[in-house]
Amino acid sequence: MSVSVQEADFDAGAEIAALSSGREDVGAVASFVGLVRADKAAAGVGAGDTAPVVAMTLEHYPGMTEKALEAIVTEARGRWDIHGVRVIHRVGRLLPGDRIVLVAVASAHRGEAFAACEFIMDYLKTRAPFWKKEETPDGGHWVDARESDDHAAGRWEGAQK
Amino acid sequence: MVKILFFAGLREALGTGSESLALPAGVGSVGALRDHLAARGEAWSALATTKNLRAAVNQQVVGPDAPVKAGDEVAFFPPVTGG
Repeated sequence: MSVSVQEADFDAGAEIAALSSGREDVGAVASFVGLVRADKAAAGVGAGDTAPVVAMTLEHYPGMTEKALEAIVTEARGRWDIHGVRVIHRVGRLLPGDRIVLVAVASAHRGEAFAACEFIMDYLKTRAPFWKKEETPDGGHWVDARESDDHAAGRWEGAQK
Repeated sequence: MVKILFFAGLREALGTGSESLALPAGVGSVGALRDHLAARGEAWSALATTKNLRAAVNQQVVGPDAPVKAGDEVAFFPPVTGG
């Protein structure tokens, strides 16, 4: 299974190792790990204000989430020659420093692995139905979508490599 | 009947995550269903005021003109913020 949505933490090293285990055609594995940051709340505070994030709760749309992630992986496989993909996204309540998401891509060469990993992450941010709620000392705030994420995903539109 | 789901800040604003509804006469699209629900007033106006409200029918993201028929699963939610 290349895609998992789970409450449990993951072992990024073990997941990366598994992508090339037992095969000799993998020359590159690129990976991204996203973490909960404590330094500022992204919503509900004024410009220039910061409020420490005490915790973050991730909600998702069970069923659609897995389909959306599978569709993104399928699109990446159509664009690049990649040998293996692993996507893990956690849900539930997470604390600063906790891992949120892993994207790892195995390919023959680094170019395809880097590009596919970034593509999957950019599309995940704009197409997979997850929502973050930050807890701060002032209360809870749903995180606002960022225009920069739409721009990041938009870079891939029409681009074939 | 259609199954309607709400997520994240919209779910909290409405105080419910789901309901089943017999489609009223004349409500045949996602946009019409959104307008029908928003017309309940009070908290339900969040369906009209949520910035960049998104919708999915049977777990595929669609636009407001997408058809809705009995047996469908329709979801409304704010823009996604995962990753």
